[in-house]
Amino acid sequence: MMQGKTFLTAAAMVALGAVSALAQSAGPVKIGVLNDMSSLYADIGGKGSVVAAEMAVDDAGPVLGAKALIVSADHQNKPDIGSSIARQWYDQDGVDAITDVPTSSVALAVNEVAREKKRIALFTGPASSDLTGPKCNAYAAAWVYDTYSLAHVTGSAVVRSGGDTWFFITADYAFGHALERDTADVVKAAGGTVLGDVQVPLNTADFSSYLLQAQASKAKIIGLANAGGDTINSIKQGAEFGIAEGGQKFAALLVFITDVNSLGLKAAQGLQLTSPFYWDQNDETRAFSKRFADKVGHPPTFDQAGVYSAVTHYLKAVKAAGTKDPDKVMAEMRALPINDFMTKNGKLREDGRVIRDMYLFEVKKPAESKAPWDYYKLIQTVPGDQAYRPLDKGDCPLVKKG
Amino acid sequence: MLSFLPHIVLPPTPALFAQLLIGLINGAFYAMLSLGLAVIFGMLNIINFTHGAQYMLGAFCAWLALHYLGIGYWPSLILAPLVVAAAGILLERLFLRHIYRLDHLYGLLLTFGLALIIEGVFRQYYGSSGQPYSIPSSLDGARDLGFMFLPNYRAWVILASLAACFGTWFLIERTRLGAYLRAATENPTLVQAFGVNVPRIVTLTYGFGAGLAAFAGVLAAPIYQVSPLMGSNIIVVVFAVVVIGGMGSILGAVASGFVLGVIEGLTKVFYPEASNTVIFVVMAIVLLVKPAGFFGRTA
Repeated sequence: MMQGKTFLTAAAMVALGAVSALAQSAGPVKIGVLNDMSSLYADIGGKGSVVAAEMAVDDAGPVLGAKALIVSADHQNKPDIGSSIARQWYDQDGVDAITDVPTSSVALAVNEVAREKKRIALFTGPASSDLTGPKCNAYAAAWVYDTYSLAHVTGSAVVRSGGDTWFFITADYAFGHALERDTADVVKAAGGTVLGDVQVPLNTADFSSYLLQAQASKAKIIGLANAGGDTINSIKQGAEFGIAEGGQKFAALLVFITDVNSLGLKAAQGLQLTSPFYWDQNDETRAFSKRFADKVGHPPTFDQAGVYSAVTHYLKAVKAAGTKDPDKVMAEMRALPINDFMTKNGKLREDGRVIRDMYLFEVKKPAESKAPWDYYKLIQTVPGDQAYRPLDKGDCPLVKKG
Repeated sequence: MLSFLPHIVLPPTPALFAQLLIGLINGAFYAMLSLGLAVIFGMLNIINFTHGAQYMLGAFCAWLALHYLGIGYWPSLILAPLVVAAAGILLERLFLRHIYRLDHLYGLLLTFGLALIIEGVFRQYYGSSGQPYSIPSSLDGARDLGFMFLPNYRAWVILASLAACFGTWFLIERTRLGAYLRAATENPTLVQAFGVNVPRIVTLTYGFGAGLAAFAGVLAAPIYQVSPLMGSNIIVVVFAVVVIGGMGSILGAVASGFVLGVIEGLTKVFYPEASNTVIFVVMAIVLLVKPAGFFGRTA
């Protein structure tokens, strides 16, 4: 009797499974926000990215006859966890596109799953330029930035102002390595030299040992090829160890507005940084940021803004294609120009790179800041075709050599 | 000399001195935290996984006091440990006292769960990037020691930590109260028969351990960000330190805290990629050679 019951339950579950498998192909568009919800990158994307994705879905209205659905998960910055969630989402849960995915090592793993399953990945969080280089994938897009553009915009500006000797403090994983490599290329091409580097494990609390090594190198510029909490601790402790008094300067290659907020303007003032977005650029960015801040409590980071932009463009492409079929949707995404509050005539290239303008900002002095989150002033706008790597220089197998 | 290791270049001696000193400073935090854990384990037989959360709470108390009440660093150095100790006492009375007779695992699960809850609540309200907390103006600045630029605040951390460690050791090993405490650990029934209120001693011990963690948290606030994650980042390392020193040994906890800080510091110079694993490698070796730790009592 018991056995018969168990069998029935099992049969019912199989049947339900079959129903939900059917639902995948016919049901509403489903988008998965995969990011760090609990650790050092949680403020950069985290729950704010989920809010941004939901806003995009609300604004898009019904797509293929129904409102799109958002699911989310925490990849804990671990490639194995990230790729197994991606596998489950694509295979069992009927997720059509995954977005955000900060932490390049996780993104590179998810990128392989997307390639294998022929499903879409819209990367806004990860920085490694390899995602649109040797590892490029016809079903993936790198939406807002990469290590190449950070290196070229911030790196060139620093070298131009006389910072020709560098020492790198680098996060010891895919992202840090790519950022150091791309920046070192810029420094060398401009006639500068790299005097040394140190590879620091991700999520380190104490940077003093590395700061002493950077001081001993006598380099004019200490390049921070790290992000989030690691960047914050490097700069904060750098002030303690008298980096500025010793005549050295930091070049923080990746800075999010939440990092500046966390450091405070006193510690962060004068930093130059590259970003595809700042909330206080124009009426459109201010309007979006106000809506976002009403839900989250602060203006969006460029990652969170990017999630809105990517999801919006994806849904537009699904509407235009009239189907969720990944090949057709990707073709529409490439064909349509990208236009939203943060993007003006952006273009998705065949290697997956979205070409958009990048901005060089400087962090304001405490006296210049008039309101909460009033942190940046614009130094320079770098057009997309100059900020990003030329299509034929990335070794992407999808790009035909000719 | 070391030509068989092509990638390793010995830094000049002054630089090495500087790195040793930095190692000692980080060791000071390990020592203070592992000391509290050792006291709690030695006296209560509880593996206190809430310790990291209590360290974080100490830092947050200081930040909240400054942010909302305008109370500065120095009063916070006393107040925050008191507040966290009081919370610890509440925790002991409400939960921990029910599980002393059970297996270690129950205490571990309970305190681990509580730590996750506390950290989750703070992350929800304050985010993961942390809040800035400035160095008190009296300790601002740095002095040039010839071989390095030593921030005054870091020097103070070493002094404060040594004082806390020595004070705790003295209290437990050299005073009458400490003698009661040690006796109560050995044979609670007998000590109770002599008219000593054993449950109260145990409660106060837990409060003291929690307060010690909070003290370390306030000391850490100006160096790191005041972040909900600061406790969980350090607690795993501190457990390794306690295991290496020997569970329950006060001297072992302090000595291994400082020594491992130095070992970690040197790793940051010679092979930085391994700096967050070296302590666990040491732990594995110690467990193979001396399973009870360097100063541990064998059961």
